[in-house]
Amino acid sequence: MPNHEPRTSQHDVVLLRNGRVLDPSQRMDIVGDVLIVDGKIEHAGAPLGDVRRDGDLVEIDCAGQIVSPGFVDVHCHLREPGREDVETIATGARAAAAGGFTAVCAMPNTDPVTDNQAAVGFIIRQALRAASARVYPIGAISVGQRGEALAEFGEMIGAGAVAVSDDGKPVASAQLMRSALEYARTFEIPVADHCEEPTLAAGGAMNEGVVSARLGLKGIPNEAEEIMVIRDILLARRTGGHVHLCHMSTKGSVELIRWGKERHIRVTAEVCPHHLSLTEDSVEGYNTNAKMNPPLRTAEDVEFLKEAVKDGTIDLVATDHAPHHYDEKEREFSDAPNGIVGLETALAVLVTNLVVPGIIDYATLVERMSCSPTRIFNLPGGNLRRGSVGDITVFDPTMRWSVDPSSFLSKGRNTPYAGKLLMGRATCTVVGGRVVYRLTN
Amino acid sequence: MSGAGSAIGKDLLGLEELSADQIQLLLDTAEPFKEISLRAIKKVPTLRGATIVNLFFEASTRTRISFEFAEKRLSADTVNVQSSGSSVSKGETLVDTARNLEAMKIDMVVIRHPSSGAARFLAQRIESNVINAGDGMHEHPTQGLLDLLTLRDHFKRLAGLKVCICGDVLHSRVARSNIWGLKKMGAEVAICGPRSLLPNAVEAMGVTVFRRIEEAIEWADALNILRLQLERMQAGYIPSQREYNRVFGVTREKLERAPRDILIMHPGPMNRGVEIDSDVADGPHSVILDQVTNGVAVRMAVLYLLSGGNPALAEAAKG
Repeated sequence: MPNHEPRTSQHDVVLLRNGRVLDPSQRMDIVGDVLIVDGKIEHAGAPLGDVRRDGDLVEIDCAGQIVSPGFVDVHCHLREPGREDVETIATGARAAAAGGFTAVCAMPNTDPVTDNQAAVGFIIRQALRAASARVYPIGAISVGQRGEALAEFGEMIGAGAVAVSDDGKPVASAQLMRSALEYARTFEIPVADHCEEPTLAAGGAMNEGVVSARLGLKGIPNEAEEIMVIRDILLARRTGGHVHLCHMSTKGSVELIRWGKERHIRVTAEVCPHHLSLTEDSVEGYNTNAKMNPPLRTAEDVEFLKEAVKDGTIDLVATDHAPHHYDEKEREFSDAPNGIVGLETALAVLVTNLVVPGIIDYATLVERMSCSPTRIFNLPGGNLRRGSVGDITVFDPTMRWSVDPSSFLSKGRNTPYAGKLLMGRATCTVVGGRVVYRLTN
Repeated sequence: MSGAGSAIGKDLLGLEELSADQIQLLLDTAEPFKEISLRAIKKVPTLRGATIVNLFFEASTRTRISFEFAEKRLSADTVNVQSSGSSVSKGETLVDTARNLEAMKIDMVVIRHPSSGAARFLAQRIESNVINAGDGMHEHPTQGLLDLLTLRDHFKRLAGLKVCICGDVLHSRVARSNIWGLKKMGAEVAICGPRSLLPNAVEAMGVTVFRRIEEAIEWADALNILRLQLERMQAGYIPSQREYNRVFGVTREKLERAPRDILIMHPGPMNRGVEIDSDVADGPHSVILDQVTNGVAVRMAVLYLLSGGNPALAEAAKG
């Protein structure tokens, strides 16, 4: 049994030896060493000789492993404040570190909603106390996520928010979305939208298609997402604002994003590991761990999304980590909540479903998990240049492991991957020059 | 009473998961049970000592009474539990309700529930036999079986029959059970209704779709006409009952143009003058009340087989 005891060493010097050092931002791919001193990268690349430093030196042998800039998940739900029974910022941050993420962005659909500077400050403080992966708050677009009045973007950003979103709910009003995109330009932050046309999606429990017809479940058509995707792209064109489209799930969305990017509209997009690996067939038997929003779609949608990750139409992969209590998923399908946990399986799902079949290489994986999210959300990291923040993910690309939800560091156990044999696993996570996670057997 | 080794499995959740042989067995087993309901003393000791809970989370008159007659005529002890709303609004979860009932040592649960998949959910979590009396928009297997039995009584066969299911297929568990049952028994199945009330990908279930009721009447040996719920107008699926009757209602005028006599079925309760006109419902080709009669026999057969009864002894089991 792997043991995930988080290490809380305070060493100022970390030396990662003999790994495959991979930094797509500078096309680096070399077997060598990475040295982090005082929380910053001092060296990444060719092997170093003897390293002598005052104080403790943590030296980790990374032979056979990939050493890359830290992964950043721009979309997760840490449930604090409000639902500390299903996740806290501390457990979420530790789960992130165990999944190889050095930083995550916490969505604001907490209770109360993270729609003001005090709420943002609370998350920042809880994250500091957790002392694991970094947690960047995302503030709400609208007060109370009610889709009416704009929240105070400026004050929230002043307190540490990195973007705004009403995720969990769509911004139903086109006028409000337009205002948000315009107003956000002052602060140069992305407006992240959960694309769902509410009247088309109302009451829907899964993808609308062959399986929903058979199971007698109300379906959510692809167009519920795509109508909002094109609305947001057109509003970004009108306003010059930066729209970031959350959890894309359909072929049509990919085509629309491609259309927008060809016209140099400021649109970026993310996709979740589950939408790259599972289809609506997973719902068979009314499996509530396959219930999420947007729903799992068809094999054709999955193929398009994989291709979009490869060619960059989809900029990055984010987890939409959504822990729920066991009791909440142990219900009739239509009553069960949407969402699955993802922080601790994301890397392996991507390696298994995209890298192993040869769709993308490891450099592209690191680009979509680290370089691209940091660039799009204006976050530190995403590269191994000297002086850059010492956030590093070390992973074993060939390690096979079977998903056992009871061993998750997240409080959430709701995953459709339970029992699945996957390949690729984070072995060491370094945040600001501190080893916050090591996988030990 | 476990019945895990019964010829139709532990539970009856839907017709989709049954084989043609199992459906045939259920229909054949229902035959001898028909006669019990014709006796002066409508009771046999077959399920004496068995405890059955009828767990209804949705209003139902016909199905609940039909199950209760079937249970009582087989001498089972029955309890009816009526509860409205889902587990969320009720405060107690479905699984807790069921486990509490099971703690009182019961043998079977008949469940009607507004959520698709609720019967399966229950079956996976309790030891008792579970019979699906309708789960959301998913299946209503005993209705499907009684429809098959009624068709077989009339035509003396199911293979090759042309049956069209008319109306709100999208929201209909009766339609789904009929589609699976009819197709497995070799019948040809079509559906006909406003496209806004048909599932988007329904062709993948192997059915023909008729745009107009006149085309269905031209083609079919039998029509199974579904009830049109009032909510469908309120939710904007279709404009009005009046227009529905004009375009999709089965009327004598439309039937008179048919090339053959068409058997008329309806799972009830009927909206006379909406999906079906009274002179069709009460006409010479209507078997709507035969369906109701067959419902009791089919449910007796289901209870008997799930309880582990030997199909070959069904005649003797009548006592």
